[in-house]
Amino acid sequence: MIPSSYYLALSAIIFVIAVVGVLVRRNAIVILMCIEMMMGAAGLAFVTFSRYLNSLDGQVVVFLVMAVAAAEVAVGLGIILSIFRHKETTDVDEINLLKW
Amino acid sequence: MEMVLFIVLGAIAIAAAVGVIMARKTVYSALFLLVNFCSLAGLYLLLNAQFLAAAQVIVYAGAIVVLFLFATMLLGGGEEISNLKSQISKNYLAIVLAVVLFVEVGYVVVSGTLTGTQGSDTPEALARVGNVQAIGKLLFTDYLLPFELAAVLLLIGIIGAVVLAKKKPNTRYPISNTHD
Repeated sequence: MIPSSYYLALSAIIFVIAVVGVLVRRNAIVILMCIEMMMGAAGLAFVTFSRYLNSLDGQVVVFLVMAVAAAEVAVGLGIILSIFRHKETTDVDEINLLKW
Repeated sequence: MEMVLFIVLGAIAIAAAVGVIMARKTVYSALFLLVNFCSLAGLYLLLNAQFLAAAQVIVYAGAIVVLFLFATMLLGGGEEISNLKSQISKNYLAIVLAVVLFVEVGYVVVSGTLTGTQGSDTPEALARVGNVQAIGKLLFTDYLLPFELAAVLLLIGIIGAVVLAKKKPNTRYPISNTHD
């Protein structure tokens, strides 16, 4: 049996890579993808703890997070689409309407 | 054997995650994301979460990545132009922040001893009823309210996506004028 800390370390690595992606990339779609990747990494940690504690609660939480992620992606891409209609770009540096 | 699978799947997951943020084209990012989700599903299998592994492939790899690909093709997956000088210093700052975050999380993982109350769903108990049945029972008893709320959330998500993505009559690209 692989120690839980290995899975947690892997989850942390993927999460941090996704954080770098959110901070570095400027394409809104890629940023949304990185957020999905963070959710996946967090889900891996949840399932790891679920195995460690011999409890299925963690797996149920991951299942509910999947539903949230699906809704989030649908709405997020809808927002990006409507921004693209107005500004013809998905570059987050160009979307500065609220900046003064 | 288990360790070999873990290392291979973990390496693929990390490489795909790096690929998502390094790829110049959005379509490649989406395909790397697919690889990442599939290797995560393999890791779920290693962790004895068969139902989640299947759901991961269906929901993430099947639905979400396809949605990303559709959006990319609607918007045109252009390459990013990195000409700004401030962008480079911003990147260094981002990497420094990420390293700080990683050290923090790593410190907790390495130093902290895992505690908590052990539940009753041991692998032996799960092997008797099966992972899917156990999760289903939990979803419809203890987690009934969150489950129903997730259904409402998905409905709101569908409506929100339609409302946001719908073409308005007075936009810059009217549909009706093109063909008459």
